[in-house]
Amino acid sequence: MTDTVAQAAVADAKAAPDTMAWDSGLRRLMMIYLPLGCFVLILLFPFYWMAITSFKPNAELMNYKEHNPFWISSPTLAHIKHLLFNTAYPHWLWTTMLVAIGSTTLSLIASTLAAYAIERLRFRGSPYVGLGIYLAYLVPPSILFIPLATVVVQFGLFDSPLALILVYPTFLVPFCTWLLIGYFKSIPYELEECALVDGATRLQILRRITLPLAVPGLISAGIFSFTLSWNEFIYALAFIQSGANKTVPVAILTELVTGDVYQWGALMAGSLLGSLPVAIFYSLFVDYYVSSLTGAVKE
Amino acid sequence: MSVTTLSSHALVQRQPNWLVRLFDYKPFLIVMCLAPAIGLLTVFLTYPLGLGVWLAFTDTTIGRRGIYVGLENFQYLLTDSLWWNAVFYSVVYTGIATFGKFALGFWLALLLNNHFPFKSVLRAIILLPWIVPTVLSALAFWWIYDPQFSIISYLLVDVLHWRSDNIDFLGSPWPARFSLIAANIWRGIPFVAISLLAGLQTISPSLYEAAMLDGASAWQRFRYITFPMMMPILAIVMTFSIIFTFTDFQLVYAITRGGPGNSTHLLATLAFQRGIAGGELGEGAAIAVSMIPFLVFATLFSYFGLARRKWQQGESND
Repeated sequence: MTDTVAQAAVADAKAAPDTMAWDSGLRRLMMIYLPLGCFVLILLFPFYWMAITSFKPNAELMNYKEHNPFWISSPTLAHIKHLLFNTAYPHWLWTTMLVAIGSTTLSLIASTLAAYAIERLRFRGSPYVGLGIYLAYLVPPSILFIPLATVVVQFGLFDSPLALILVYPTFLVPFCTWLLIGYFKSIPYELEECALVDGATRLQILRRITLPLAVPGLISAGIFSFTLSWNEFIYALAFIQSGANKTVPVAILTELVTGDVYQWGALMAGSLLGSLPVAIFYSLFVDYYVSSLTGAVKE
Repeated sequence: MSVTTLSSHALVQRQPNWLVRLFDYKPFLIVMCLAPAIGLLTVFLTYPLGLGVWLAFTDTTIGRRGIYVGLENFQYLLTDSLWWNAVFYSVVYTGIATFGKFALGFWLALLLNNHFPFKSVLRAIILLPWIVPTVLSALAFWWIYDPQFSIISYLLVDVLHWRSDNIDFLGSPWPARFSLIAANIWRGIPFVAISLLAGLQTISPSLYEAAMLDGASAWQRFRYITFPMMMPILAIVMTFSIIFTFTDFQLVYAITRGGPGNSTHLLATLAFQRGIAGGELGEGAAIAVSMIPFLVFATLFSYFGLARRKWQQGESND
């Protein structure tokens, strides 16, 4: 499959000199725009379907013969109203927001300090500490959730959002530290040396020179942490039992899926509302996100 | 400018305050800086990892401290057909989904590497499947795979007239398995594409120009320039992708919960079902621990298998 792709990707460069303009235009259309259009269509269709289902009245949802399923003839806010007023959805949103902000703050503080120590306060063995923290990222939550559940019970944190705030840094800190080490590397060391010569203490250097310069890195680490903790599922499923304390992804799946007849309208409305905060947050900082994703891979 | 303001500020604070001096003492500062991160990771990652291995050798259940039972849990798993099913499906799921993600993701990356209008907007919206909570998009897939009101069935039956009956996506084992794999590929494409696009953009155009002057065909340019240059990034992205696909939990738990007839259990969902839902913590931990050898093998294979070619490439170039 990739064979044809490769040809497609470089075809236009080759085709330009020796074919006529309309031919290369057509070729470009077939080789680039058509597949690209298919990709975008398939990647976005589930969201379109989610959105359109949330605003469809039940009669239209279950009747494809008389209503075109790809469009809404009489949009309704009934599902969203049901969600907001008949379920604990606003509370779930609030809990999720609290957990996401709490764990993001905690991991940003921990990983900024760690990255600064590893990258700037060079000491014997600092590369190994960095490697150790990086390896922690390779331990998937699926292996950890059972023993972690017993740890959480031991600490008396079972069924408390605080457990999630404390546990999420296990996958946030490695990633953020890794990202910030890369970012600190790009800040010239001379700036810190100047400050040292002028008699600044190390903490002053961190607060007044390194951190202000690392703001873009901190922002992208923050976005990553926020989206990752918003999306986290398995720990929230295993450690939270009471309906009120659940996070949005868990609550929709365990509290809204009831009985044999699924309320698809409400389910999709819940998914849409639960996706919106991360989507909005992401769209505000999309450039930071993409550049740090690609930057992290280049490391 | 910041340096000058700092120096005046620093002079004011020059009084010998023991706290300030303590925090300027490098070993102390290093310990203080590393303490939060190392502390969190030790308590909530390293300790549970060890505890998990220990639990796998006990018969702990929820509410009862277990005793050491040696390899009993693992011996039981070897005779358990559900565990073998989960191993089989985990391997199939990881294999097909990784192949699909990388083939399609590489294609998408090559397409995005061209110049066209609204490129950055397109790059941003393509990442959406990766940003949105997996469980929520999985719910959308569950609705898309509905036996009665599936939009795909509607398209094939009522619009295109290719089939006469609805597809039963999640009702029988193999269709359910492939439906889950398709959803996983859908979710994984954006990450692979954007990561590989970053790699593609680091390849110097002069390499292609030189190859073109030498008369290399499009395929040769891909085979001997693009592909080898992408190897290091492919190795890293693939290692991550394999680890997180093999230990996937959310998609399966949200869409099928291991059904129909336990045919779509991955090791992670089986561990959850036995360990948390069923209360057999020891056995659940044993299932989770049984993932580790697969992960180590997959990591070594994808990392060293792909990275070694990079070294060979490097040596022949030098």
